[in-house]
Amino acid sequence: MATAEVSNTRTLKVKRFKPSEDPKKTYLTEEKGLWSWLTTVDHKKIGLMYLGSVTLFFLLGGVLALLLRTELLTPAKTFIEADTYNQFFTLHGAIMVFFVLVPSIPAALGNFILPMQLGAKDVAFPRLNLASFYIYVIGAIFTFFALVNNGLDTGWTFYTPYSIESNSSVIWVTLGAFILGFSSILTGTNFITTIHKMRAPGITWGKLPLNIWALYATSIIQVLATPVLAITLLLLTMERVFGIGIFDPAMGGDPVLFQHFFWFYSHPAVYIMIVPGFGIISEVITTFSKKHIFGYWAIALSSLAIAFIGFLVWGHHMFTSGQSAVATTVFSFLTFLVGIPTGIKILNWVATLYKGSIEMKTPMIYVFIFLFLFSIGGFTGIMLGSLAADIHLHDTYYVVAHFHYVMMGGTLIALLAGLHFWWPKMTGKMYNEFQAKIGAALIFIGFNMTFLPQFIMGSQGMPRRYYNYIDQFTIFHQTSTIGSYILGVGFLLIAYYLLVSLFRGEKAPANPWGSRGLEWQATSPPDLHNFDHTPVIINGPYDYHKPMEEFQLGLADSGHNGHDPSHDATGAKQEVVSN
Amino acid sequence: MANHSTSHPTHVQHHFVDSDQQFDSAKLGMWVFLVNEILFFGGLFCAYIVYRAWHPELFTQAATELNAFWGAVNTVVLIGSSLTVAMAIRSVQKNQIKGLKINLLITIALAVVFMVVKGFEYAHKFELGILPGELYTYEGIEHAQAAIFFSIYYMMTGIHALHVIIGIGLMWWIYVRANRGEFSSEYYTPVEITGLYWHLVDLIWIFLFPLLYLIE
Repeated sequence: MATAEVSNTRTLKVKRFKPSEDPKKTYLTEEKGLWSWLTTVDHKKIGLMYLGSVTLFFLLGGVLALLLRTELLTPAKTFIEADTYNQFFTLHGAIMVFFVLVPSIPAALGNFILPMQLGAKDVAFPRLNLASFYIYVIGAIFTFFALVNNGLDTGWTFYTPYSIESNSSVIWVTLGAFILGFSSILTGTNFITTIHKMRAPGITWGKLPLNIWALYATSIIQVLATPVLAITLLLLTMERVFGIGIFDPAMGGDPVLFQHFFWFYSHPAVYIMIVPGFGIISEVITTFSKKHIFGYWAIALSSLAIAFIGFLVWGHHMFTSGQSAVATTVFSFLTFLVGIPTGIKILNWVATLYKGSIEMKTPMIYVFIFLFLFSIGGFTGIMLGSLAADIHLHDTYYVVAHFHYVMMGGTLIALLAGLHFWWPKMTGKMYNEFQAKIGAALIFIGFNMTFLPQFIMGSQGMPRRYYNYIDQFTIFHQTSTIGSYILGVGFLLIAYYLLVSLFRGEKAPANPWGSRGLEWQATSPPDLHNFDHTPVIINGPYDYHKPMEEFQLGLADSGHNGHDPSHDATGAKQEVVSN
Repeated sequence: MANHSTSHPTHVQHHFVDSDQQFDSAKLGMWVFLVNEILFFGGLFCAYIVYRAWHPELFTQAATELNAFWGAVNTVVLIGSSLTVAMAIRSVQKNQIKGLKINLLITIALAVVFMVVKGFEYAHKFELGILPGELYTYEGIEHAQAAIFFSIYYMMTGIHALHVIIGIGLMWWIYVRANRGEFSSEYYTPVEITGLYWHLVDLIWIFLFPLLYLIE
């Protein structure tokens, strides 16, 4: 038994709790049956339900994408009508943005991991957490309704005045996204409160895992930006119902104002999607380098810097919309500024690798894929942010390729890294490492084959969203289509071996990667209350130079729980010294 | 099994360490939600600013159609209800449950008065044909974009009124729980956070009133 001192004011009696390799009870076995899942307030089960729904929508959006690519095999009509094509790309975009990318990392993986990394039993508001899931489901039902009833053909951006005139089910999708926004807001509110108030004894702001910092920055953006989308979509709905005229040029309204409103949310939303991915990369890269992260504070604060600057750059979506020249110049300059914190992150990650003991497990492979693809996405973003180049490139496939490199090459690859990283913790099973590596290779090859040609044809003038194209672009489109099939096969393979692992997978040890993260000190899969004890933290989450037993401490006596509001409330400096 | 401690008072949920942590969390969560509310209304205020900057003459002209007297009455009513809600919180902090209940009922009554006055204002405008957007038929204002001013008016006051109605519901729920004897000076978190919400609803009206009614 050891003791630890907190801020010279009290001493916590701690002892070592080694996680059991063969847990008797887990969150999966303690409450069983469909009903217990549907009514659970356990953050882990809610996270998994989100993961399931996100996967379902990813499948739907992915099938739409493959249909689009198939249509583009030939310059003229291949197999679907132009109107159908318009609906497909709109729904692909709307589903992937609102139903997959926005909730994927925070609501699915974040829900599962965040309370565990804080040593808490649950998020601050578990019932609100469950409510947010059902709000997501209701939003999804609205979108499904639109899907079977007239579809949607405005593009996922709902630009006025076309979205006012279109005969498709605009209202259903905007209301669906409006409702979905509440789900996102509730998750953000929950996370901010949990991070502030529910940290286990010894977790100071300087000892927060970087994943938590990233989710914190994301939650701030969610809470500040999503309500603006909500009011925008509400105004758009009212525009269609009552013709209130605010965005309708026919009534003296201003469609550019709609674009300002829309991008004031939707640009920060890009950071809602990517910043949690940064968190995962930080976790995975240290675990598989067995080394302290390089520049902890630089990475932590750059997330907040991205969140802040991200609010000031929405105008770069509107360089050609008739914004004033002064505004475009300012927005262009601010856009370049976002590159700085992002660059800081990339440099720190690469520096973390230096002299590390790098282990090329599947999550780490995805990290390398991320670094490669996301850097391309980031650099092409800088090119699009420069005014003269953007006049030429806007609304071409160059833009399409850019945001797919960022959103898919960034967020989705980070999601895959996180999924493979935490899969043993979530399910208690190991997946087949060899098949996983083949899957990663297929994804990497398929992805680049799909989107690299799009940079080339975009720079040569191929406009986005077009149903037909001239013959000179045929080779690029066909390469891209074949690439998308490879990508599809890659995802199917991942789905296959993950499902197989659930039934026939090897049993996962508590800490298969030898990570120092707190979530790995629970059993695999974790107990219903995450830990059987109250964890006490004395080291940083990346102190790989310190022995494992120092990361397995918990309160020794059951009566005193070590909570002192004066410390938690202010986030004041707590020093825990181990004797 | 330190993590499954059963020595909690009944109102403390299982995942909180103690009552203070639960109270602090609820309060912080509510503040975060209020920030989000401000951004929600912020979109409408932004639309207001843009259109007023474009058509300042329309705004001063159209504002004369709004009845500043009843607007002022409603302002006093709502500020009064903020006072009573603050008194309700004070009462429960001092364990005066009767005072809590009375103050809640007064707050609900004032909120209902606000809605009734608002209802008469709306009804009067509907009669004149002052409706939002395309439904607008009033001819008293010579301005091409007159309808947009009232679209903004209806959106702002309408969403605010929706918040008042939600507030009445919340206050009623708190009253019912107070009747059941759930609150004491030991535990009054729901009273406090509903009060926070109500102050925000009041505060938004304090901005809406001069911006819409008093700009002639």
